[in-house]
Amino acid sequence: MTEVSAQALSPPWDDASITAIRRDMLRFARMQLRDSGAAEDMVQEALMAAMTGAKRFAGRSAFKTWMFAILRNKIVDHIRASAREISRSDLAARAEVDAGLEDFDALFEQRGHWNPDDRPSTWSDPEASFEQEAFWTVFDVCMNNLPEHIARVYTMRELLELETTEICAELGITSNNCFVILHRARLGLRECLENRWFQGERR
Amino acid sequence: MKMMTCKDATRLMSERYERTLDLRERLALKMHTAMCKGCSNYGRHLDVLRKATARLREGNTGGEP
Repeated sequence: MTEVSAQALSPPWDDASITAIRRDMLRFARMQLRDSGAAEDMVQEALMAAMTGAKRFAGRSAFKTWMFAILRNKIVDHIRASAREISRSDLAARAEVDAGLEDFDALFEQRGHWNPDDRPSTWSDPEASFEQEAFWTVFDVCMNNLPEHIARVYTMRELLELETTEICAELGITSNNCFVILHRARLGLRECLENRWFQGERR
Repeated sequence: MKMMTCKDATRLMSERYERTLDLRERLALKMHTAMCKGCSNYGRHLDVLRKATARLREGNTGGEP
């Protein structure tokens, strides 16, 4: 982005675009924080920071990306600040992880192959699903169905795009444990999406 | 070589997003998914999850104003 293009364009501060962006930011923050109040606060802070720094923004297409970058950085800061506390105190969450592991093992029969009912089927046109608001509502539900500790690691990896090594270090877990947790997250999320969305589509 | 289980195959398909699989793992996985429809679907579904989370990061989750 050049200085010239930054000056030539002003940010789209009209109500409709802010409302839409705010909705998407809230979804992102809620998935990450699992706390509506904290998510609202963080989105509000990001919006304020964006308005204050609006001079640095260039072009409408970049606007949303830029707002999300501000929000992402705020969430990363928040997580780094609270990570030590989380990893030390959350014995209950660890017990929950273990419980979660057994649930997912139930997808496979004794010899380690898929149970017939849980075997992944063919999904028709997932890209088209992405265009539907209802799909994202289901995605929210499925993310919420994951045990909290599992969802936390998964969203740090996929929404905040932190490296696995950093996530392990922040949470004080081994990289192998990190891999296992991410694997469980993907198993659980996939199963839920198939049951609640893609299977219904096919019928 | 003994046929890999679906349980191990799904684990490796997840881990390949986190680390580079070694040659032996890649071959065993390739053999398994060539013969197992469930697991080859699983691999595609993980790519869908990746695309979905990329959409969330960009705030591109349907219903543009």
